[in-house]
Amino acid sequence: MKSRFTLAATVAVLALNAPAHADTLRLLTWGGYAPDAVIDLFEAETGHTVEVTLSNNEEMVAKLRATGGGGFDLAQPSQDRIAGPQAEFGIYKPIDMSKIDTALFIPSMLEATKTNTTVDGAVYAVPDVWGTSGLIVNAAEASSVADYTDLCNADLTGKVTYRLKRPTLIGFAFSMGLDPFAAYGDIAAYQAILDQVEAKLIECKPVVKTYWSGGDELINLMRSGETVAAMAWDTGGWKLNTDNADINFVAPTSGALGWVDTFSLPAQGRADDAAYAWINFVMQPKIAAMITEEAGNFTASAGADEFVNDALKAQYQNSFPPAAVDNIRWYPPVPAEIERIEGETLDRVQAAG
Amino acid sequence: MTPGRLSFFLLLAPLVLWLGLLIVIPHIDMALVSLRARVAPGEYTPSLQNYADFFTQPLYLVTFARTAIMSILATAITLIIGFPISYYIAKIAKGRSQASLFLMCLIPFWVSELVRTFGWIILLRETGVISGLLQWAGLADQPVEMLYNDSAMMLGLVYTSMLFMVVPLTTTLESLDDAVIEAGYDLGGNGFSVLREIVIPHAMPGIVSGCIVVFMLSLGNYLTPTMLGGKDSLWFTQLIYSQFIVRFNWELGAAFGFCLLGASSLIVWGMLRLTGQTLERTMGEGS
Repeated sequence: MKSRFTLAATVAVLALNAPAHADTLRLLTWGGYAPDAVIDLFEAETGHTVEVTLSNNEEMVAKLRATGGGGFDLAQPSQDRIAGPQAEFGIYKPIDMSKIDTALFIPSMLEATKTNTTVDGAVYAVPDVWGTSGLIVNAAEASSVADYTDLCNADLTGKVTYRLKRPTLIGFAFSMGLDPFAAYGDIAAYQAILDQVEAKLIECKPVVKTYWSGGDELINLMRSGETVAAMAWDTGGWKLNTDNADINFVAPTSGALGWVDTFSLPAQGRADDAAYAWINFVMQPKIAAMITEEAGNFTASAGADEFVNDALKAQYQNSFPPAAVDNIRWYPPVPAEIERIEGETLDRVQAAG
Repeated sequence: MTPGRLSFFLLLAPLVLWLGLLIVIPHIDMALVSLRARVAPGEYTPSLQNYADFFTQPLYLVTFARTAIMSILATAITLIIGFPISYYIAKIAKGRSQASLFLMCLIPFWVSELVRTFGWIILLRETGVISGLLQWAGLADQPVEMLYNDSAMMLGLVYTSMLFMVVPLTTTLESLDDAVIEAGYDLGGNGFSVLREIVIPHAMPGIVSGCIVVFMLSLGNYLTPTMLGGKDSLWFTQLIYSQFIVRFNWELGAAFGFCLLGASSLIVWGMLRLTGQTLERTMGEGS
């Protein structure tokens, strides 16, 4: 009887111990960044399990803030949303670079992200997926649209859509010949820029059909032909291009806006090893190429381009001739105060009738 | 403590826990958040600044007033449409048809609000069903955009809250004895005076409780204004959402939340005073 009890206890202990090496990775990410095929490969190789929660930049920060950085083991906010929220709310923990296989990354992107996400000497993020936002234009009906301010052309009344979020403010400012990024450190100068952009956006309001809020909504509006020009992400344009050759992503003459989504560790994450394992796993060129095929955007993984299908490569080269790549304006880290005054501007534009 | 009192407290415990943990404690926390202002990263000081912002920024007051007026309008329209429906279900329809009519009001609520709102989008959009039908029938020579305006939003709000008006109204109207209505006609009343003197006074508790629920639902609605309203549809709940989620400004968001709570309570109180009803009577008979 006693030996049987010992046996049962041993089995129980073994059963409890076994998962100690295999963690559950709770991943807070964007749609397309963790395809099922990649998760299956990762789970088979490491024994960890992955739980995916889809979100966007603002919600990621809001979720982590609400829990003090708990509830997730790996988050993927854009690199401009790391330093500000970290200084303000302390929701991330530093990355241990010794656990990252840095050889897998494109060196210049890794360095740029490290610089942008350093707070008090500690690095808080490494780059994953990058892309741009610019214009999606139906060339058959709105070939005149080449820059953000062209979205105000009266002949496009009721045929234009864009988001009412900060990229729109930044894009219009650049298009109007202003430089909002240079004014990040100077609230008064930034407010002056915002005031001009606000006046312009209110003036343009009659031309807008609606302010889109979700990717699917935008795709539907463009695909159905209800709108012919939009401000949106490059992948949306390429997706539409696959169905309708007239529609494509166009890098605006004042420069596409470049973003980099990162890997960062929430402050109270419980499965750091699994998180590091995931980062090193998905940055392998072949795996990164699978993510590019799913999400549409390219990654910071060195050498992954070779494995991406030709159609996507062609669309990318079509939208980004070398000069347009050099012209990309990368988002610098956003100071918290800036977001607050931007918010007031956006509310006033939305309320303006 | 007697056994009777013990069981009373035991029975009360779930309710107290529910209210305390999910309503009272979070609200106290929100109240504290709303009473502080940010001075530096991670540093806060007690302040009434957030409430001052609400009352001094015209944008916030105008948005609130717009939301309240539109909600009152939506409530009125729901009542005007819902009253005849309820009257028909309660007094005119009999037996099976009564039950099936009631069920028809209920069926749309078996799917989620999101799906219902998407349904309206499919119907109303420029390349949608109604626009297509109008062109097919030759009534329009080009696509008609019916989405993204206040009327579409109002339609969505009324549709979403119809059930919550019909249920209390039907219940109160059912309790009205047919003999009373017949007596009204026997005493020389016509349709209008019977409605005004007998039916409406009897149905008042139902009307008021229906109106309170519909008004609160419209005021607190987020989905319908966002999806159907489009570019001009700033709703007060959207302001709260964007303060919390987009701007990370919980302090102002919490203050907005309390302003909404206070103002909506005030409007409901005003409505009760105006109609001479009390909350006890309304809730007792209406449900």
